[in-house]
Amino acid sequence: MREQELVQGNEACARGAIYAGCRFFAGYPITPSSEIMEYLARELPKVGGICLQMEDEIASLSAVIGASWGGAKAMTATSGPGFSLMQENIGYAAITETPCVIVDAQRAGPSTGQPTKASQGDVMQARWGTHGDHPIIVLTASWVREVFEMTVHAFNLSERYRVPVILLLDEVLAHLRENVVLPEPGELDVISRRHPERLENFKPFFDETMVTFGEGGRLMVTGMSHDEFGFPAQGKKAAEQLQRILKKIESRAEELAIYRAHYLDDADAVIVSYGITSRAVEESVRVLRAEGLAVGWLDLKTLWPFPEKLIRSCTEHAQYVLVPELNAGQLVREVERAVGGRVLVEHLGRLDGYLITPEEIAARVYDRVECLKGA
Amino acid sequence: MATKQIQLTGAGGQGLVLAGIILAEAAMRDGKNVAVAQSYGPEARLGASKAEVIISSEKIAYPQVTQPDVLLCLSQDAFDKYFSAVNDRALVLIDATHVQAPTLGRNNIYRLPLVRAAAEQVGTKLVANVVALGALNALAGLVSWESLQKAVEQRTPAKFRAQNLRALEVGRRLVENTPHQTKEV
Repeated sequence: MREQELVQGNEACARGAIYAGCRFFAGYPITPSSEIMEYLARELPKVGGICLQMEDEIASLSAVIGASWGGAKAMTATSGPGFSLMQENIGYAAITETPCVIVDAQRAGPSTGQPTKASQGDVMQARWGTHGDHPIIVLTASWVREVFEMTVHAFNLSERYRVPVILLLDEVLAHLRENVVLPEPGELDVISRRHPERLENFKPFFDETMVTFGEGGRLMVTGMSHDEFGFPAQGKKAAEQLQRILKKIESRAEELAIYRAHYLDDADAVIVSYGITSRAVEESVRVLRAEGLAVGWLDLKTLWPFPEKLIRSCTEHAQYVLVPELNAGQLVREVERAVGGRVLVEHLGRLDGYLITPEEIAARVYDRVECLKGA
Repeated sequence: MATKQIQLTGAGGQGLVLAGIILAEAAMRDGKNVAVAQSYGPEARLGASKAEVIISSEKIAYPQVTQPDVLLCLSQDAFDKYFSAVNDRALVLIDATHVQAPTLGRNNIYRLPLVRAAAEQVGTKLVANVVALGALNALAGLVSWESLQKAVEQRTPAKFRAQNLRALEVGRRLVENTPHQTKEV
């Protein structure tokens, strides 16, 4: 039996990365993600890995993409301002089908904003920050142990599907320390990219197998639309390739959906939440249930691809849906779209850098449920 | 004790986040669940700094303090900002070296020269955070003394370990040797 440890969210992320096999990190330190790099700068060399401080976040993700093509599992970590700089290379990673993990410990923006205050304002940027249609997977977490697990999962999905995976944390969780028992070696699955069986006539941009530099095959990696051999292509061929990489992720939306469902069977009101806000929801649901309200809770860990079928089925019998998030209204729009006008969907937001409290959530749900009863 | 919510407040550089970590480490050794959240401004030093520790025998869902049971103030700014938010039942420990607190006329408020004791009895005011922990725990009984000592040993560099253990003891004695009347404002 392993002992309890007091571990910070950022440290859990760094340790999860090493557990998942990450052996290359490049970054540019920024609050509130800096401890990830600090930990990896110390620990990666001990396991034969490399940690590089680059001149900025653009170079950081460039280095990560290069390392991935060099055969390493690779990661970077940043916060809002750096995440904005990474957008161009996120598109490059997407079109070149490069496995890599990008951690964004969200802080209140836009711009420099409030560097030491929490936010969930990068949800849409994580999905649509880079230009053009592109595949992406975005995960999040609410607990220190969960940060570890989702970091491992981010690497697994990235390697399995050859797609950049973004892990959204926030200032509070990144800096939060909790007593945890972290997974032992072998406790979580660790997946690595598949290589083609033969190098002869292999197609580097055809499926989820990947050849890396130095293996002996011929490789051409470009951000231009390309055919399955990596040579520039336009028109129909470009569209076919793009559709293939989009479908690879979008068609798996339901199987990629990680979530926890609580009390949904009899729920009149459903709260849909994610990340740090889920912890306030947990308290509020406990209070509301004790008051006798039929409140259910869907706690999302996968934000993109958005699990819209799941949202539909979980809200089928509800009269009210609340989406609390630390922004002016982002994921709530996806929930509204999935629900399709059948149910009243409301947003509860906060922009001052502080967490939404259990009381705020409970009060809102209580009021609305009473209202609906009266109607 | 079901749940205790503790706020450790002061200025950046006073070691409040470390004090929070030590306290949580000690509570964890006592078999409790803990959460330590930290809050500070964008300044490199001397902005407001706060560590929030929740100690509970239950699962801790919401990780921030909603109603403090214990408040430590090591700076004037922190006192001005956080004291007004605590209720009458909260135990408050204020550093008497630097903080001017008006006569507050209620129980459970203690003013002790934490920073001065660190400077004079340990030799550096850098350990005022650990002096404060020793005093706070003597007043509020948050964790076992043994666990607190172990946590200090674990979370401070070997070179400064003896100094910090001494600071913890100085804090405890400050409470024991101060007549009750002068502890209250």
